[in-house]
Amino acid sequence: MNQNAVRELLHRMADDALIIAHRHSEWTGLGPLLEEDIAFSSIAQDKLGHAQALYQLLHEFGEPDPDTNAFMRNAEQFYSCHFVELPNGGYDVSLIRHFLYDTAEYLRYAALAQSSWEKIALLARKVAGEIKYHLYHARTWVIQLGAQGNEESAARMQSALNEMWPYALGMFEPGNTDAELAADGIYPGESEIQRRWLELVKETLDKAGLVIPSSADPVYGGRKGYHTDYLQPLLDEMTEVYRIDPSAEW
Amino acid sequence: MATIISLDPRITRAQLPEEEPLTHEPKPEMDQFQTFEVFHQQKSGARHVHVGCVHAPNAELALLMAKEQYGRRGQTYNLWVVCTADILTMHSEDADIFATTPDKKYRDVAAYMVRNKVEAFKKEQQGGTEA
Repeated sequence: MNQNAVRELLHRMADDALIIAHRHSEWTGLGPLLEEDIAFSSIAQDKLGHAQALYQLLHEFGEPDPDTNAFMRNAEQFYSCHFVELPNGGYDVSLIRHFLYDTAEYLRYAALAQSSWEKIALLARKVAGEIKYHLYHARTWVIQLGAQGNEESAARMQSALNEMWPYALGMFEPGNTDAELAADGIYPGESEIQRRWLELVKETLDKAGLVIPSSADPVYGGRKGYHTDYLQPLLDEMTEVYRIDPSAEW
Repeated sequence: MATIISLDPRITRAQLPEEEPLTHEPKPEMDQFQTFEVFHQQKSGARHVHVGCVHAPNAELALLMAKEQYGRRGQTYNLWVVCTADILTMHSEDADIFATTPDKKYRDVAAYMVRNKVEAFKKEQQGGTEA
C-alpha cells in the first residue's frame, strides 16, 4: 500500500468534512424551522465525527493527534476544496451544497466500503447509515423546494445550484496518486467518483425540476493548498478557544 | 367523536375570555405548518409508542424531521408519523364514559388470586408425596 497516496486521500476527505461541519454548524440556532435547525446541527456533528475518525487513521500513520491536526494548521496546510469553504449565504445555498456534497460523500464511502484497505472499509461500513440519512435529508429538501414548493422556491434553488456548480466540480480535483489508489483497489479515484456523482445528482435534480448548468469550469486549487480568503477566518474562529490552551482537557 | 386539530399549544390556543379586548393582532390561520404525531419503535416487533409531534408541510418531511427529533438518542428501529388531523378521538366531556371502569376490579388480572391457589396446590402436592 502506498502510504502517501492513502494519506492524501484521508486528508482530502477529513479536511472537507471538518470545514463543512463548521459551515453547517453556523446555522445552529438560526435554522428556518426548529426541527430543521436540530436536524442540520446533527448532520454537522456527524460530519465532525467523520473528520475525527479520518484524522485518527492519519494519526496511526504518524501524524499528530486528531485535535492538533484539526486545530493547529493554517489555511495553506489544508487540503479542503473551495466548495466547503464558501460562506453559507442563504439556506437555499446551504441546502444545495449539502445535497451536492453528500451525494459525493455517499459515493466515496460506498466505494471505500469495498476497499482493499480493511481499516477504511470498516469505517465506511460503520458510517454508511449516517451518510444515507444525510443524503435522504438533502434529497427530500431539494425535491420539496424544487418541485413541490412555489415559483420562488424553485427559482432560488436553481440559482443556488448555478452558483455552487463550478465549486462542486472542484470536489473532484484530480489527485496526484489517483492511479495508484485505483490500481491497489483502495479507492477508484476522483474522475470515477465524479462520473457516478453526475448520474446520481441528475436523478434527484430531474425529480426536483432543476437543471444542471450547461457549461462550468471546475474550481480547483484546494487540494494543492490554494484556498479562498474565507478559509483562514473560518479557521481562526474555529480554533479560537482551542488555541488559548491546547493542552486543556475537555 | 371529534378530531384533534393539534396537540400543540401554539396551534390549539388557550380559550381567552371573550369580554377582554385583544391587545394584539390575532395570528392568521395556518401561518405555520400542520403537525404530525410521531410514534417511536425501539426494536423490531416492539410496539410503536407516541413520543410527540413535529411541524411539517407533508408526511415525507415530517418523517425526515422525526428522525432527528425523536431518533437522535438511544435505540430506534423505526418511526411512524401520522397527520394530527387524521386522528379520530373522543370529546373530553365524554370522559365520564370511563368513570366507573377503575371500580371493575374483576377485569384486572391482579384481582385473581392465582398465586394463593398455586401455592396452596403446591403445598397439597408436597403433603401428598411426604405421606
